[in-house]
Amino acid sequence: MKALIKTAVGAAIFALAAVPTLAADITLEHAWSRATSPGAKVGAGYVMIKNAGTAADRLVSATAEVAGKVEIHEMKMVDGVMKMRPINGLDIPAGKNVELKPGGFHIMFEQLKQPLKAGDTVKGSLTFEKAGTLPIEYKVEAMKKGGGMSGDHMHH
Amino acid sequence: MRYGRVIIIWAAALFAAAVVAGVLYLTMSPERARAAIGGPFRLTSQTGEIIDSESLKGRPYAIFFGFTYCPEICPTTMMDMAHLIDKLGAEAKDFKVYFVSVDPERDTPEALGRYLSAFGPHMVGLTGSADEIAQVAREFRVYYKKVPIGDGNYTIDHSAFVYLMGADGRFVNVLQYQEPDDKALAKLKKLFE
Repeated sequence: MKALIKTAVGAAIFALAAVPTLAADITLEHAWSRATSPGAKVGAGYVMIKNAGTAADRLVSATAEVAGKVEIHEMKMVDGVMKMRPINGLDIPAGKNVELKPGGFHIMFEQLKQPLKAGDTVKGSLTFEKAGTLPIEYKVEAMKKGGGMSGDHMHH
Repeated sequence: MRYGRVIIIWAAALFAAAVVAGVLYLTMSPERARAAIGGPFRLTSQTGEIIDSESLKGRPYAIFFGFTYCPEICPTTMMDMAHLIDKLGAEAKDFKVYFVSVDPERDTPEALGRYLSAFGPHMVGLTGSADEIAQVAREFRVYYKKVPIGDGNYTIDHSAFVYLMGADGRFVNVLQYQEPDDKALAKLKKLFE
């Protein structure tokens, strides 16, 4: 009898464990930034955020050692006019990738303590509602023609 | 109340007609459309020198309206222009790109000088009083707007075109933001004809 009960309890626990729980699973890829002009007070960070999980998540804040203040910004080109706005959070849907790239969303480094130079690494963090705070290291790339937009982009 | 509606319909029709007329006017008389962009200006360069648009006549040039707290559009545009000028070669050795600040509050001549130094000797920063900047922006039909973004901080929405001016000081064409090289080069080469 005891053995039967043990087996039943074991089976129940096993069954419960097998019930899928909704979870976000965030990874960060290709975090990069662009070298700034000497004397620049602002810079931008870009990264590919991947959510391999079954639950949506939301990027809510960011930090960077080289910046006095960091915000999440969205850029929109409307009829030839460039508009940039801070946003409170960026949704990362379940199973999807969200790319922060030139012309779209970026991490805005404000009050730069020093200009960003090609080859530098900017250390910081990204905080998500569910996944918590993840460390990030942006590799600073040289300013170059096209600034990383590589022909795709300019979505509306 | 039927009269009210009739009036509205007539007003709408007249408005639509006016818009159509305006568009036809501009498109069918390109001379006048071109003349509508640009105008005289006197601004302060990054070295503190006063630059009068009259003195720029005799050589084609480009003019762009931006600000140094702009993280993406402005550096990218300056980089693209430097690249295009490089490709043009000897023809463009004296070609200048004037970067007019739409944020004269923060963009002092020194700030402009430091900012533009990254892009090479063809870039010249221009700043001035709020009124002087407003006047030039009006002449070039440049949209710009200061937008607070919290904590006393602000950004500036602004037109992202590069305006190409001929040797006679008159407007010739615009370069769109990140326009493909071949199209941009064709437009620039025309300036030197």
